[in-house]
Amino acid sequence: MEAVFRAHGLSKVYRMGEVTVPALRSVDLELYRGEFVVMLGPSGSGKSTLLNILGGLDHPTSGSVHFLDHDLATGGDKGLTRFRREHVGFVFQFYNLIPSLTARENVELVTEIAERPMTPEDALRLVGLGERLDHFPAQLSGGEQQRVAIARAVAKRPDVLLCDEPTGALDYETGKLVLEVLERVNREVGTTTAVITHNSAIAAMADRVIRLRSGTITEVRRNERRASPGELSW
Amino acid sequence: MVTRWLAPLDRKLLRDLLHLRGQIAAISVVVLCGVATVVAMRTAYRSLSLSQASYYAGYRFADVFAQVKRAPEPIARRVAAIPGVTAAQSRIVVEVTLDVPGLAEPATGRLVSIPDRRAPMLNDLHLRRGRWIEPGRRDEVLASEAFAAANRLEPGDAVDAVINGRWQRLRIVGVALSPEYIYEIRPASLFPDNRRFGVLWMSRDALEAAFDMKGAFNDLSLSLARGADQPDVIARVDRLLARYGGLGAYGRDDQLSNRFISDEIKQTRVSGTIIPAIFLGIAAFLLNIVLSRLVATQRDQIAVLKAFGYSNGVVGLHYLKLAFVGLLVGALGGLALGTWIGALLNRQYTQFYRFPVFAFELDATALGLAVLTTAFAAGIGALNAVRRAVALPPAEAMRPEGPGQFRPGIVEWVRADRWLALPARIIARNLERRPVKAGLSVLGIALAIATLVVGRFFLDAIRYIADVQFREVQRENVTVVFNQPRSAQVVHELAVLPGVLHAEPFRLAPARLRFAHRSRRVGLLGLPQDGQLRRMIDRSRRIVALPAEGLVLTRKLGEILGVRPGDTLAVEFLEGDRATRAVVVSGFVDEMVGISAYMSGRALHRLVREGGTVSGAFLMVDALAQDSLFGLLKRMPAVGGTVSRDATLASFEQTLQQSIGITMTILVGFAAAIAFAMVYNAARIALSERGRELASLRVLGFTRREVTTMLLGEQAVLTVAAIPMGLTLGYLIAVKLAGLYQWELFRVPLIISRFTYAYAVVTVAIAAILSGVGVRRRLNRLDLVQVLKTRE
Ligand SMILES: Nc1ncnc2c1ncn2[C@@H]1O[C@H](COP(=O)(O)OP(=O)(O)OP(=O)(O)O)[C@@H](O)[C@H]1O
Ligand SMILES: [Mg+2]
Repeated sequence: MEAVFRAHGLSKVYRMGEVTVPALRSVDLELYRGEFVVMLGPSGSGKSTLLNILGGLDHPTSGSVHFLDHDLATGGDKGLTRFRREHVGFVFQFYNLIPSLTARENVELVTEIAERPMTPEDALRLVGLGERLDHFPAQLSGGEQQRVAIARAVAKRPDVLLCDEPTGALDYETGKLVLEVLERVNREVGTTTAVITHNSAIAAMADRVIRLRSGTITEVRRNERRASPGELSW
Repeated sequence: MVTRWLAPLDRKLLRDLLHLRGQIAAISVVVLCGVATVVAMRTAYRSLSLSQASYYAGYRFADVFAQVKRAPEPIARRVAAIPGVTAAQSRIVVEVTLDVPGLAEPATGRLVSIPDRRAPMLNDLHLRRGRWIEPGRRDEVLASEAFAAANRLEPGDAVDAVINGRWQRLRIVGVALSPEYIYEIRPASLFPDNRRFGVLWMSRDALEAAFDMKGAFNDLSLSLARGADQPDVIARVDRLLARYGGLGAYGRDDQLSNRFISDEIKQTRVSGTIIPAIFLGIAAFLLNIVLSRLVATQRDQIAVLKAFGYSNGVVGLHYLKLAFVGLLVGALGGLALGTWIGALLNRQYTQFYRFPVFAFELDATALGLAVLTTAFAAGIGALNAVRRAVALPPAEAMRPEGPGQFRPGIVEWVRADRWLALPARIIARNLERRPVKAGLSVLGIALAIATLVVGRFFLDAIRYIADVQFREVQRENVTVVFNQPRSAQVVHELAVLPGVLHAEPFRLAPARLRFAHRSRRVGLLGLPQDGQLRRMIDRSRRIVALPAEGLVLTRKLGEILGVRPGDTLAVEFLEGDRATRAVVVSGFVDEMVGISAYMSGRALHRLVREGGTVSGAFLMVDALAQDSLFGLLKRMPAVGGTVSRDATLASFEQTLQQSIGITMTILVGFAAAIAFAMVYNAARIALSERGRELASLRVLGFTRREVTTMLLGEQAVLTVAAIPMGLTLGYLIAVKLAGLYQWELFRVPLIISRFTYAYAVVTVAIAAILSGVGVRRRLNRLDLVQVLKTRE
């Protein structure tokens, strides 16, 4: 299988005055085309940091990271912007919707600049929000905001989908709905998908499960069989 | 919905604009004031200088002027033959006492001869109303517009004049303007007194007959070819006229009306450059901070856009649009308001300066410059903030702004936490944590205060000038000017008239003061050494004693001539035997109005080698008896004119209050608007920056009052800190401006009243309180849940 992401000796150190916080310590990792990866780990173990670096949102302190032939560690702003625009869909831990835009418009913001997107309406219908198109983020619940964020991420049919706790704020039913969307996009479009979660039950639907602790990868496990979201329960 | 057709980013723009309308409006106000100031003041300057230039060209304003006692007509032809002279025009000009209907005191009329039939001439007249005089009708006159307007005279009305010792009735048949009298004032005075001094044009035949001038003239105007050697022409004219009592030819520079207008034009150019520059500079600075803070509050949204692949250029453009909407509205409003004020100022000018048509020209370059400056400042402010936001990796910028890096600081060091309540501690730590931001806020408010001080400073200065000039320098309330030098005996006759409390003689000798290559025509004023009525004062309002010998000059005149006390000047007397004498400059006085040269009457008499002749007298008159005294003076043959201090004061106030006063009143208004806009914006931005934190505090159980105190308390601390800085800045700018406003007509002293300081502080305080009330209303409406759910 072809590795789309290749990271070697990846480290990230946050400096706050005299204090330094090592968030990642020399991580080696490959993600393969079309696979579905779940990342697990306790709070503060460096999951978001790793995902952000893979998505070109942050620079590692040292080490190398590539997406195909894009150098993400040393790439300039222009290159990273193009990389994100052409290849990546994000779901952020804190949703980060634009408060002055409606649900539909938040999605449009992305379809606008994508090459072969779905319509914003389709994307929102996919996450069960077909009826709330013209609501502003402040008029939506936290879970609904999260689903808008997911619609926004998948609408462009990205090559890579990076999701930071996409179901953290959702109830059981909606959580499953969202996971089904992610699974379908992964299966039908072949989108390489990485999902961060605290819910180890979700790990069953992954091709591979990666565990982090204190900034290092402690375990990579390959599932013999991918469970469908419908089979999961927690 | 229109918005359906817009790209999502533009829809965001539209909604942000709507949401931030208060702040955008405040930005517009700042731009509006800056642009309006530039447009108004540059327009006033352009219009005035353009009106002057086209009037002079269209009505053949002469280049050289000369007065003479009585010269035979053929001399005029010899003057015309001087190389470089293209035309010479002789006239008869005399001043007479007038009795104007409805005016208690006598007025002075200057009768100027015109040909019986209208023909092109130098200093051509523009007939505003009525008709030209009819040949053979010796009692018909054209009245100057300023005089006619001040006395409500129309064609068909009449005035009485003492001509050759007899009262004669003059019938006004027309109202006219001349480029020679755009600013129509009596010689040696500074401000127009159009009720008591006016020009009347009448038939040359009539004047020849009445003043024994058959085949002769006493006034000459010349026009010169382009590139002619003016000093040479003047020297030759002087030689030709010397035998006939020439008073010395002079160019436009010394022509009274022209000098005042040119001074005014210079002054409007400075005002139209410096003051708009100050306003614009301040507006630009304020725009810059406001926009950079405004954009900074959206840093997480910028990060999201970046995360989805929007380029820096697109994001930057988005925020530029946000900035430019406010800018555009402000610029258009400024253009409209500035044009309107420019027209208003022009209307003021037309009261003092009489032009046939007053040109109105918008200064497009200045407008462009103003708009560019504000656009540049706004753009830089917005882009800087965008640049700072995109410089952070999106991952960093997107997370809710981390808790600030608080360290033990001054608050802890002075153990303030022991005695400060929690809200106060939060305020103190916030200010301590972001000293640069706090500093910029303070500077912004300080600049607003400074503009208020600067605007009012001019009004203070004018009041001060009037006070000093008309209470301490000119203590006489009536000045009598004789129609020719008289013996000192006449003053004694005046002193015993009913109502006259005190009389002092003066001798006014027209002279040209020359030092090296510089010279200036002045009236050299000889005063009694022990005089009480006309006093000279120095900068600190101390009385300067008149020396027995030597000249005392207004410091400004000293500067014009480039002399210092102890230098020796050449004084060329322009009447009598036209002698030139060397006189030492013994000192300067710091009068703020006009330029004057003084010496003791005795010394002046010795210089001109004459007995105790006097030109007139200063009188202290019982106010109640003033009107009946004027009636008597009108009938005294020796009296050529009277000037009352009240009238001069009124005319001073009209001239300065209306020209500078109006401008400054408008600027003070602008300054107040800018102050409001600034303070309001600072408070609003603080609210959006801290809304989340304050909402969290409310959730934790803090009361509205406590939360309001935290936000507004910080603003209050900033405002209070800005006050001393703003007052100091205002003072420093005033120092600079006072140094620039040193004109011949008047000089602006560095006087700032306590009222002005108080006014600036109170205005800003009111602005702060009103903004506080507005922000408080918003705080009360703060939807806790919504604020916590999304970020503003
Ligand atoms: N901007 C930052 N400055 C300083 N330290 C940071 C910053 N961002 C993250 N960290 C630290 O880096 C470490 C890893 O953070 P990260 O956000 O990657 O954790 P995480 O695994 O996503 O945790 P969670 O499950 O709680 O989201 C943590 O110790 C965190 O405190
Ligand atoms: Mg995380």
